[in-house]
Amino acid sequence: MEAPLLHLALVGTPNSGKTSLFNALTGSRQKVANYPGVTVERKEGFFVTPLGRQVSVVDLPGTYSLRGRSPDEEITRDFVLGKASGETVPDLVLCVADSTNLRLTIRLLLELKRTGRPMILVLNMFDIASRRGITVDVERLAKELGVPVVTSIAVRKSGTADLLALTDEISAKLAAEPRENSWRALSVAELRATQREADRIIADCVSLPARPDTWTARIDAVVLHPVGGLIVLAAILFVMFQAVFAWAQPLMDLLNNGFDALGEFVHATLPAGLLQSFLQNGVISGVGSVIVFLPQIIIIFLFILLLEDFGYMARAAFLMDRIMGGAGLHGRAFIPLLSSFACAIPGIMATRVIDNKRDRLTTILIAPLMTCSARIPVYTLIISAFIPARDVWGFINLQGLVMFGLYAAGITSALLVSFLIKFFMLRDYAPAPFMLELPDYKMPRLKSIAIGVYTRAKMFLHRAGTTIFSMMVLIWFLASFPQPPAGATEPAIDFSLAAIIGKALEPLLAPVGFNWQIAVALIPGMAAREVAVAALGTVYAIEGGKEAAEQIGQVLATKWSLATAMSMLAWYIFAPQCASTLAVIRRETGSWTWMAVTFFYMLVLAYAASLLTYNVAVALGAG
Amino acid sequence: MTDTNDTRSRIPLGLAQRGYIGVIQHLSAGDAGSALSDIELESRLIELGFVEGARVEVLHEGLVGRDPIAVRVDNITIAIRRREAMAIIVA
Ligand SMILES: Nc1nc2c(ncn2[C@@H]2O[C@H](COP(=O)(O)OP(=O)(O)OP(=O)(O)O)[C@@H](O)[C@H]2O)c(=O)[nH]1
Ligand SMILES: [Mg+2]
Repeated sequence: MEAPLLHLALVGTPNSGKTSLFNALTGSRQKVANYPGVTVERKEGFFVTPLGRQVSVVDLPGTYSLRGRSPDEEITRDFVLGKASGETVPDLVLCVADSTNLRLTIRLLLELKRTGRPMILVLNMFDIASRRGITVDVERLAKELGVPVVTSIAVRKSGTADLLALTDEISAKLAAEPRENSWRALSVAELRATQREADRIIADCVSLPARPDTWTARIDAVVLHPVGGLIVLAAILFVMFQAVFAWAQPLMDLLNNGFDALGEFVHATLPAGLLQSFLQNGVISGVGSVIVFLPQIIIIFLFILLLEDFGYMARAAFLMDRIMGGAGLHGRAFIPLLSSFACAIPGIMATRVIDNKRDRLTTILIAPLMTCSARIPVYTLIISAFIPARDVWGFINLQGLVMFGLYAAGITSALLVSFLIKFFMLRDYAPAPFMLELPDYKMPRLKSIAIGVYTRAKMFLHRAGTTIFSMMVLIWFLASFPQPPAGATEPAIDFSLAAIIGKALEPLLAPVGFNWQIAVALIPGMAAREVAVAALGTVYAIEGGKEAAEQIGQVLATKWSLATAMSMLAWYIFAPQCASTLAVIRRETGSWTWMAVTFFYMLVLAYAASLLTYNVAVALGAG
Repeated sequence: MTDTNDTRSRIPLGLAQRGYIGVIQHLSAGDAGSALSDIELESRLIELGFVEGARVEVLHEGLVGRDPIAVRVDNITIAIRRREAMAIIVA
């Protein structure tokens, strides 16, 4: 008879290595979803123990206690207590500790014990502890705590062998008797008493030589220096954006040429007609023009994941806390806002680490102003078509500089909006506290970075294959039908639905210098911002008629004035249209109002910025 | 609490300069003027290891108003604003 699935849950303080352990145990057998009702990522994975027991394991958000101060911590509490709706109570809780820093975890463990769930204490990062000369009397610790204890090294091969063996041993004798749950929120006095108890146990079982991590101290001396630290932060961001431009280029050229060749091939093999046009203009040039940006998206996620794994993100929050405080933001908002450079959706989801409601709301409202990677295609396309690729001051690439300027404009407007929110809406508001552990620096692990980049790239390609593809089909259809009457002399697209819709919108957008082709492209951009590029490609390719599709950048350079191009860049700094972001805002704030507020304030800003840019550019003779 | 350190005057950690080393004497959340309730602030401080007898050292200060501060508490480092650190009385 098959034993039933064993349910494990990983609980522990932040940065104790839960996710690394989760990856080590499950490899690629992971399922990522959301908890019902809240957008907290729910990661479940599966594995088989050495003795053949089927196991499911859930990675829970890090927490210092079961009090549940933020949505994140509530999930952990409800899950462990078996209160989470639709979840099985874990059969066995793995309490994961950073072995170099046991105080807080042992306190948490003493609290967890009251829930009555069977538990194992996992002394993770044991390699680092050993290197620092920390020794733990594991047997004694287990006896004092009344909980089995095992050491582990999540990032090393077979570093989890002992844990697996222990899991087998324990699961074999897990009693089915009902468990007594005596947990309730601890009073201050009880908290203090548990911490005392934890400190006593540690003093008895662990020897801590006074050998702190000298590397972390040395790096922090520079990185947390009041002035030097900010310079380092600015330099990191600058390198990141230059890299997105410079390093990705060769790969993007390669992809571009590949899609061009494929288009040519289709053009040459298939007879002229609807099918040929659909494949070449709709599918290949449309979806292709988005996939080309994969290298840039990989690079930006690579940077963010590296900084996260290294332990730099908490430092950035420390450096930025008061500076952002001036604009009414919490230091912790820095991390969600930085992730929003990749995509506002994970960024908005990451705001759940902010426990104050108002701070969280402000951050959510401005997160979409951070230049997300979906804008990169639009920026890149326009910049490379209109801005010469020369060096200024000898070493800085002008195109990279413009890109940096666009990012800077996004950040500035975010700070401005946040300042206005604070000034007008949340006046009577005392700043929420900022308390954050600054973890020791860790060498980023190739494997976890690879898993991270891979999942993001997969998500992007999945989007290209579904949302973007279907939008492209729609655009191609709108641009191709109805077909021109026989004997018509104007380009075929002038008779299409796309032209009709675009021309209807044109009067609205004419003041900002947008033509009807742009108006058409902005609509499917609602589904995904980067589709605008593909849509422009399709519209101009169909309009261009039978000649082999030129590179879209060259087409734009001949069809648009510089003023229109600048205006389009200004529009995309704000770019209100992204349906998924709006949906996440609705879900996270639980209100349609805040979603509508976001959409309209961004729309107004986009229109105003474009109007200003266009008119100034025209006045300067760029019309 | 225990008076181990009579020779040094007690100050709130929120007033300590970079390089200050001391031992936590007691917590006094009412003095901090934090947005949190006293109980909540005290609970959070304890959860981060700020308990009586812990050794603290101010490692770093921010640029604006020398705030926030990075404090070594036994063997971990915590970033905290001076306002909340006012609740931690050290000597
Ligand atoms: N040397 C060493 N590094 C580890 C070990 N386990 C985790 N790490 C590193 O510790 C850092 C944090 O690990 P994570 O797995 O992200 O920690 P987490 O507990 O999931 O953190 P949160 O989700 O923020 O609560 C990463 O840089 C890991 O590479 C270990 O056993 N040994
Ligand atoms: Mg994690």
